[in-house]
Amino acid sequence: MNAPLVDAALTGADTATPVLGAHGLSFAHAGVGTVFDGISLAIRRREIVALLGSSGCGKSTLLRVLAGLEKPATGEVRFLGQPQAAPHPRSALVFQQPSLLPWLRLADNVGFGLDFAHQPRAGKDALKARIAAAIEAVGLAGREAAYPAQLSGGMAQRAALARALAREPELLFADEPFSALDAITRAEMQALLVDVVHRWHSAVLLVTHDIDEAILVADRILLMGGRPGHLVQEWTVDIPRNREDHPDGVAGLRLAILAALRHASP
Amino acid sequence: MRGAGLLLPFAGLLAAALAWAAGAGWLVSVTPVATAFAPLATFEALQQLVQGSDLWVHVAVSLQRVAIGLVFALVLGIPLGVLTGLSPLFSKTTTPLFQFARMISPLSWMPIAVMVLGVGDAPVYFLLAFAAVWPILLNTASGVAQLDPNWLLLARSLSATRRETLLRVILPGITAHILTGVRLAIGIIWIVLVPAEMLGVSAGLGYFILDSRDRLAYSDLMAAILVIGFLGYLLDHGARSLHRRWLHA
Ligand SMILES: Nc1ncnc2c1ncn2[C@@H]1O[C@H](COP(=O)(O)OP(=O)(O)OP(=O)(O)O)[C@@H](O)[C@H]1O
Ligand SMILES: [Mg+2]
Repeated sequence: MNAPLVDAALTGADTATPVLGAHGLSFAHAGVGTVFDGISLAIRRREIVALLGSSGCGKSTLLRVLAGLEKPATGEVRFLGQPQAAPHPRSALVFQQPSLLPWLRLADNVGFGLDFAHQPRAGKDALKARIAAAIEAVGLAGREAAYPAQLSGGMAQRAALARALAREPELLFADEPFSALDAITRAEMQALLVDVVHRWHSAVLLVTHDIDEAILVADRILLMGGRPGHLVQEWTVDIPRNREDHPDGVAGLRLAILAALRHASP
Repeated sequence: MRGAGLLLPFAGLLAAALAWAAGAGWLVSVTPVATAFAPLATFEALQQLVQGSDLWVHVAVSLQRVAIGLVFALVLGIPLGVLTGLSPLFSKTTTPLFQFARMISPLSWMPIAVMVLGVGDAPVYFLLAFAAVWPILLNTASGVAQLDPNWLLLARSLSATRRETLLRVILPGITAHILTGVRLAIGIIWIVLVPAEMLGVSAGLGYFILDSRDRLAYSDLMAAILVIGFLGYLLDHGARSLHRRWLHA
């Protein structure tokens, strides 16, 4: 009901174009050396991809490169088929911490930056509607006037998700967005994420080191490992949703991933 | 329970007033002029002063000097603080200098300030700004250092211009720290103000203190001391509540 209109220009023939395509990416931090090397991947429209890997293997760095926040040493990133020179207006970020701006009310946090010079022009009313729809979708309707200090951790992370949704993202980059939450809130947020990105027709790149989270949420799982980091293996998750109702499928995939993890880290 | 919250502070004030009365009583036995220092005489003088217009003129002049000194300190301190927070090079170059300059009592500059800037308001502004710039500078710098890196990532993900990043993220993001600096600065300014007004100016609370002494109006002098304390308390209270309101905590 509240889901935004699908961009007419994108519904036609080019649905086959991936939202994001990366070829031969490598990246090095000054002094630390190569973080990852030879990474190629594609994320299809509306696809939820989980990027799994042990701590320090370069997931966050890869996410920042894919999001256009860092330049790769080699390789290129294409967003909707176009070479990406700067972060694309139709991509959005969610971090491990909500990182709301404490001086802004919830509604202003959710709408933050939509009026920036390099964002697509949109009418005031259209923006208001987008903000309201995003807040409603994450279940925070009625709290528009609250300040971040007045929100619980779970509510703040919902607000951060709404802030990403308000940009009507083609692709949502999320770096361990739920790992700071308690188990119950985390399960709620995982379900909410799947629900809203389906309604918003967004693709997701979800960085996590929680295998269960990857299995419960993702359509496809990429395993990253090694030094320098590279993509080790990938799985398509064809367990029907809700996946909690299919424990056998989940357990089987879990074991397969665990085995691959053991191989990846000698 | 609001009554209980006020009871203790009130008891403290009352105890101080009693100690004051006792001290003044003892002093009278040493020098008879001391009757003028006693609480009763002081409060009578205060009542007279509050009803007249003289005191208010001095208060207005002093508050205006505080405001102007603070504005100078902000105009200097915030940009320097941002620069210190953003540039390790600038920070390394200036930190020892700032720590050195900060420890010099601003009043020691007084003779030089009067010589260079002439008699009048200008040296007072200079001294106040010089006293207040350090807490603002240092708090601004630590505010920049403590900015949430994700806010900057967010700004970059929105392809924010420099101006947008500065005005919509960095400045509001460090405002709480700047307000902490302002609060400290007001405390320092208020303390430096009175001695700074004792030289070469003809209005203000510091001038009023000296003038009362010269008129041998010791009750007025004591009343001025009360006024100075009360106004300082109000200023600090104002700065505090500004800080709280900004954080919405
Ligand atoms: N700004 C930086 N400068 C230098 N080295 C860095 C920087 N950021 C990360 N690194 C290094 O790059 C490597 C990859 O870091 P990254 O944060 O991408 O890993 P990660 O897979 O996200 O880890 P985690 O699961 O702990 O979040 C690490 O060895 C880290 O020490
Ligand atoms: Mg990480």
